[in-house]
Amino acid sequence: MSSATSNILTQAHNSGSEASLELDSVSCERGERMLVNVLSLTLSGGQGIRIEGPNGSGKTTLLRVLAGLSQQYSGRVSWCGQDIRSARAALAADTLYIGHLAGVKALLSPLENLSWWLSLHISTAEPITVDKMLTALNRVGLKRFAHTPCHQLSAGQQRRIALARLYLSEHRLWILDEPFTAIDASGVTELEQCIAGHLAQGRMAIVTTHQAMNIAGFSSCSLHSSTPVIEADE
Amino acid sequence: MTHKTNNSNSGNIVNNQQLTVTPLFTAFNALLLRDLRVYFRYRGTWLNPLVFVLMVITLFTLGIGPDPSALSQYASGIIWVVALLGIMLSLDALFRADYDDGSLEQLLLSPQPIYLAVLAKVFAHWFITGLPIVLASPLFSLMLGIPKEVIPVLAFGLLLGTGILSFIGAIGASLTVSLRSGGLLIALLTLPLYVPAIIFGSQFVQSAIEGWPLMPTLSMLLGLLIGAIVLAPIAIIGGLRLSQDV
Repeated sequence: MSSATSNILTQAHNSGSEASLELDSVSCERGERMLVNVLSLTLSGGQGIRIEGPNGSGKTTLLRVLAGLSQQYSGRVSWCGQDIRSARAALAADTLYIGHLAGVKALLSPLENLSWWLSLHISTAEPITVDKMLTALNRVGLKRFAHTPCHQLSAGQQRRIALARLYLSEHRLWILDEPFTAIDASGVTELEQCIAGHLAQGRMAIVTTHQAMNIAGFSSCSLHSSTPVIEADE
Repeated sequence: MTHKTNNSNSGNIVNNQQLTVTPLFTAFNALLLRDLRVYFRYRGTWLNPLVFVLMVITLFTLGIGPDPSALSQYASGIIWVVALLGIMLSLDALFRADYDDGSLEQLLLSPQPIYLAVLAKVFAHWFITGLPIVLASPLFSLMLGIPKEVIPVLAFGLLLGTGILSFIGAIGASLTVSLRSGGLLIALLTLPLYVPAIIFGSQFVQSAIEGWPLMPTLSMLLGLLIGAIVLAPIAIIGGLRLSQDV
């Protein structure tokens, strides 16, 4: 991202009220299992949270709740002081969510995929030019394939198209579900740098991963393996 | 946002309005363009319903026999029911691909009004399934012995009718998108809702054949279409949100 845009963004961020994400005793239940059990935490500008836990411990479920995709939870999640159940639009405007599914159309090229996504998610005064999109694709090593239909690309490359959104994003909160999946070693390093730069601008990130992360400002939150709703005798 | 601009003359607010309203239609256009691109790169999406309709109508002509008077007696009903089935069978694909590749999540998380996004998706789908059927309807009419003068009326009725069928059917598609095999369930959900469209649609053609006034049925069809365009997206958004709540 060019320094000019990042300056504008920092200003925009500073002028707005201090953003924060607050979870107040959030619990998620799926079927017979309690996945997230009375979780409370606060995330404010410049902080990141790495959510860890064994498979099936509810990491994805929690992230989908925080992104506003799932409504099935108890407790309260607030974004900038507003309950996300009622302030869905405010959360959506500030959040970038990349889930397990890349959200990439196999019949379209990486450039076309970025283009439709940007139209839905970025509402800046000036439209994002093709050059900027190519720069983002270059950052994830896909510039050569900008016009190749995505079904001809590998799983890792398709994943990288989704990650290219990070280089165009102005969102204050990133919610990334296993972003390192199918990404090679050098890609992981670049992605970590990208997330670190995001936090350095006073924004927030929530990441689930099984990998160790070396980013300043990241704290860890462990989810325990799922417990049955009806407690087994222990 | 528009209310604000009406109440205030401040240049700042006008600016804000431009900031939010312009991307709103960018999003609509982008999604329309994206879906049409995807559909045209995979020819089956628009070719299959058309070939299906053509084949079923051929079967009817073979089944009923070559007597033109017997055929034309049921022609309008046959065309409408077959067009309905063709559109309904193609509806399963409307949100399925988006659900499977995760772009539905991205759509639902967009800060842009999802109403317009859904409108763009259904319109794109109608454009590649409903419109070809409308354009081919003169051919179907000749096969079924419908009088030549009536063909424009039939085509116009189908133009409105396929729109109604697409929007109402999309409600069923949104409700069944998270199910592995939603095909038959879509039919069970949407067929009862198709009843008014089929009654007035075939009545419209029948009126033209018999020389009755067209306005009463035409206004009913128009009313149904407007109602479907305005109200169906609300139900569709509900269905799509539900699909993510698993």
